[in-house]
Parts: sequence; C-alpha cells; structure tokens
Amino acid sequence: MAKKRKRISTGSAVFDVVNYSLLLLFALITFIPFVHVVGSSFATSAEVANTKFLLFPTEFTLTAYKYIFSTDTIFRALFVSVLVTVGGTLWSMLFSTLTAYGLSRRDLVGRRVINFLIVFTLLFNGGMIPTFLVVQQTGLLNSLWALIIPVTINAFNMIILRSFFMNIPTSLEESAKIDGANDFSILFRIVLPISLPALATISLFYAVTYWNTYMHAILYLADADKWPVQVLLRQIVILASGVNYDGAAFDDVPPPEVTVKMATIVVATLPILLVYPFLQKYFAKGALLGSVKG
Amino acid sequence: MGTSTVIQDKNTLKKKRKSETWKKLRKNKYLYLMIAPGLIYFLIYKYLPMYGLIISFQDYKPYQGIMGSEWVGFEHFQRLFTSPEFWMIFKNTLVLFALQLLIYFPVPIILSLMLNEVRHSLFKRGIQTIVYIPHFMSWVVIVSISYVMLTLDGGIINEILDSIGLSKINFLLNEDWFRPMYILQVIWREAGWGTIIFLAAITAVDPQLYEAARMDGAGRFRQMWHITLPAIRNVIIILLILKIGDVLELGFEHVYLLLNSSNRNVAEIFDTYVYVAGLQQGQFSYSTAVGFFKGGVGLVLVVFANWLAKKFNEEGIY
Repeated sequence: MAKKRKRISTGSAVFDVVNYSLLLLFALITFIPFVHVVGSSFATSAEVANTKFLLFPTEFTLTAYKYIFSTDTIFRALFVSVLVTVGGTLWSMLFSTLTAYGLSRRDLVGRRVINFLIVFTLLFNGGMIPTFLVVQQTGLLNSLWALIIPVTINAFNMIILRSFFMNIPTSLEESAKIDGANDFSILFRIVLPISLPALATISLFYAVTYWNTYMHAILYLADADKWPVQVLLRQIVILASGVNYDGAAFDDVPPPEVTVKMATIVVATLPILLVYPFLQKYFAKGALLGSVKG
Repeated sequence: MGTSTVIQDKNTLKKKRKSETWKKLRKNKYLYLMIAPGLIYFLIYKYLPMYGLIISFQDYKPYQGIMGSEWVGFEHFQRLFTSPEFWMIFKNTLVLFALQLLIYFPVPIILSLMLNEVRHSLFKRGIQTIVYIPHFMSWVVIVSISYVMLTLDGGIINEILDSIGLSKINFLLNEDWFRPMYILQVIWREAGWGTIIFLAAITAVDPQLYEAARMDGAGRFRQMWHITLPAIRNVIIILLILKIGDVLELGFEHVYLLLNSSNRNVAEIFDTYVYVAGLQQGQFSYSTAVGFFKGGVGLVLVVFANWLAKKFNEEGIY
C-alpha cells in the first residue's frame, strides 16, 4: 500500500515537471517575439545589422522613435485611431446596452423573433461586396464613421450583456416600477450601476476591436490622411518588405530601416498593452461561457 | 341564439386578447424605444446586404442600381464553377480549414488541461497573463512581427539558422511555408485566449470525482483523460460546431496580409478573391456570387453540424 502511494507520487512529480516545463516553454515562445521587437526598436541600426541579438541590444538609442515622430504621419494615424477607439466604444456601448437591456426583459412581446434575427447574423451575412454597397449608399465612404457605424453592435457582445442583465433579480426592477420609475431610469439608475464589471469587459472588447481595425479602413477609406495606425503599420512593415500584393506605396522612398519598423510596431501596440491589466482584471469568465449558447 | 353568443364570446375574447397584447406593447413602449436603434442597425447593415445578394443574379451596374440592373440568372455562378481558379481557391480554403480544425482546435483544449493541473496559482496566473496577450494584438501586428523576424534580409530566425550551419529559408515568399506560417500564427494569437472557456468549464467538475479516481489508483494523466476531458465534452462540441460554422471564415485580414504573388497558389482563399475581384477590379456581381457561395456553404455546414450533434444526443448551439 505504502509502496503504491509512493509510486503514484513519483509519477505525479514527473508529471508536474513535464507539465510546468511545457507550459513555460509555450509562454516563452509566445512572449519572446514581443521582447525581440521592443529590444530592436531601441537598438542602433548598426547593431541590428551586424551583431544579432534575440532580446536586448547592448547599446540603447531613441533614434528610431525620433525618426518616426519627426513627421506628423504617425501622429495623424494615432489621432485617428484614438478618435475611432474612444468614439466607437462609446457609440457601440450605448446601442449595445440599450438593445441588450430591452431584449433581456422577459415580458417583451416579439423578443424571440428579434433575438433570432440577431443570432442569425452570426451564422450568415451578405458578405463583403453587398455590405460595401450599403456603406456606400448610406454615404459613409471615406468618412471615419465608416469604421464605426457598420459595426455598431457586435452580436456576441450584445448577447453577453443580455445574459448578464437577465441574471439580475427582477425584484429590483419591480420595486422601482412601483415607485413610478420608467424603463430608462431603471436601466440607467439601477441596472447599469450594478453591471459595471460586465460593462467594463465589453467596453474593453469593443475598444480593442476599434484599435485593431484594419480591414474596414482599407475597404472604406481612400484618403491616406484618414488611415488609422494599423494601416500605416502595414504600409511601413509589410508593403515595404517588397513582397506586397497590390504594389502600392514606397516606390520613390527607400524602405524604412529595421529599427523604424520595430518602433512602429511598438507604437501601434503600446496602447493595448496599457489597458491590458484592466482587461485581465475584468475577464468575466462566466459571462463568456454563458454567451456560447445564444 | 346559442351559436350567436358563442360567436360573440369568441369576438370579445379576440378583442380582449388583442387589447391585452396592445396593453403589453404600450406598457413596454420605452423598451421598444431602446431596442429600435439596435434593430435598425441590424436591418440596415446586416439584412440589407443579404437583400443585396440578389446582385449575384444580375449584371450589376453601380449607376443603374439593384432595380435597374439586368438579370442574368446563374451566369456568375457558372463562371465561378467553371473557372480554373475556382478549384485552386476551393482547395486552399479547405486546406486552411482542415489545419484549423485538426491542428489549431485541440491546442487550447490541451493547454487548459495542462493549466488545470498547475497547483501554484501564481505560476498559473503568470502563464495565463502571457498567453492571453497576443489575442489583443491586431493581425497587422502579428504578421508584422512575423515579417521582421522571418525576413531573409536580417531576420533573427534566418540569422539563427545561418549561425547553426543551416541554409536560410525564404519563409515569406516560399509556397511551402505559407500554411505552416498561417497555422502557427493562428495558434500564437488565439490558443491562449481559447483556454478561457475550457478552464471555466473545468471549474464546474465535481472534486469528489478526482478523489474517487485517486482511491482507485489513477495517476494524474489518467484523471485528466477520464475525468476532466469528458467533463468538458459539451463545451468542446459546442465550440466545434461554431468552428465548423466558421468554416470559410478563415480571416480575410490575416490571409490578405500574408498573401503575395509568390504564394498565391496556396494562399488565395474565397475572401481575398472576393476583395480583389470585387473592389479592386470592380466585378461587383461576380464577386458577390463568390461570397454568396461561400456564405451559403458555411450556413449549410453549421446547420448540418448542429443536426449531427443533436443526433448523438449532445447539446447543439440552438
């Protein structure tokens, strides 16, 4: 008996060592590329070209950052991205919350039909070209609104909010109703204040999506001065590698130096990393799980 | 007289019911007001494009609009199915989908089983914090980092290959490297984040089950295999159905960023083809037909997968 228990615990120890090592390895592989990019962005061009390093350069310099901030191109792109992220998140949260709360109320006639209409858009959609034509017809082409209005409500996010609201005890709402409050004041004065974790989570999801927006920008925006930072990043890093598909940009200027590319990646990523601790804090695991079933 | 009272009763009942529905609608007028903007959004930007799919049966001219354009029946679909490119794109799309299903899909499940066995919560949280990060990066950032690391022109990976005596590899332009690069990037970006849902499901497992298994002398691996994995089967199946529903949603942004004229034979998929044919070459009707075909196949597959799950007495997604 004792012997058996010992064997199990040895096996268990081996299991732990293998398990911890593999997880650590996976995390390192995930993380090292980011460190490499940050390290390279602070290196001198000479060091990047001659002595290869994986993590940190021996000599730190801000040359690459000075270079990218010397023109207003990146400032303009960052400004567009911040504007779209802040404005878009507020816009999306307003309409997602209103819709989610309305649909969370069980006594609403027609709620099933509307729910189905919304869930169905997750399974089927008109596709890129018909959507483009609608965006065009509604006059949004080449306007920053094109990055926001066509994605006003993410059905998944709305469903997460809705299931959160559905779990709030109805007694709270009913007592407010008896006091004569209407649905708007119930939502804004009673429901929303106790839903802050869910609101924070969904806001961050929206904010990340807006910050990362890229496809809609290349679909709907023709003017380069309206490009958000992701499109600029693609121009600087990917198209300038000379393997681009559509043959745009950088024909007349020499390709940017490696350190400049690295610094641009860092600048395009930094805001996300700044909000990341908040993202971590508000992960509503239960809410996510609840959302899988519509 | 008897029948007339019955009819009268029926009428009043109908009226009563009608007025009750009306009352309910009136009572909830503010709720409808709340839903209205959201509903209008879905109608305009989700359902209007579905109506717009009819241009795939037309010879759509922008200045003539949907009303004025000429009907051509299935001409565009015929052109699609007989085009030599169709099979290339179809195959490329299927291969990437198979890679997603066979190589990517199990990774978050395995990772969450492994994370679940970690008993030091600090270590566990540390690993989680790190592996969630890439999910929040855009595809542009993920692909950009891959580019600067993989390029022949001084990329660190090729320098390492060179320094250990191997020959350099042109990852970015080589057809053979497109698929591995694609799936590794998918794993890098999504595998960590994908564990959240499985880890949440695992917390619901009854600890007594492990206790009992230990009494029976089951080792850690056997416990993982026989208790944890079956316990999250439902979640796995639901996510599998959703994944199959996404069959042809392989990520326009991701693939488009990797696509170049050297790897087009393996990298061109329906989404990128629609973009190039539709928006760059202006063949609106033809590219809409391509998109319609893709979306239709996706819808059929998700309905089929759901039906299959129910047939085997599993919970489906609806």
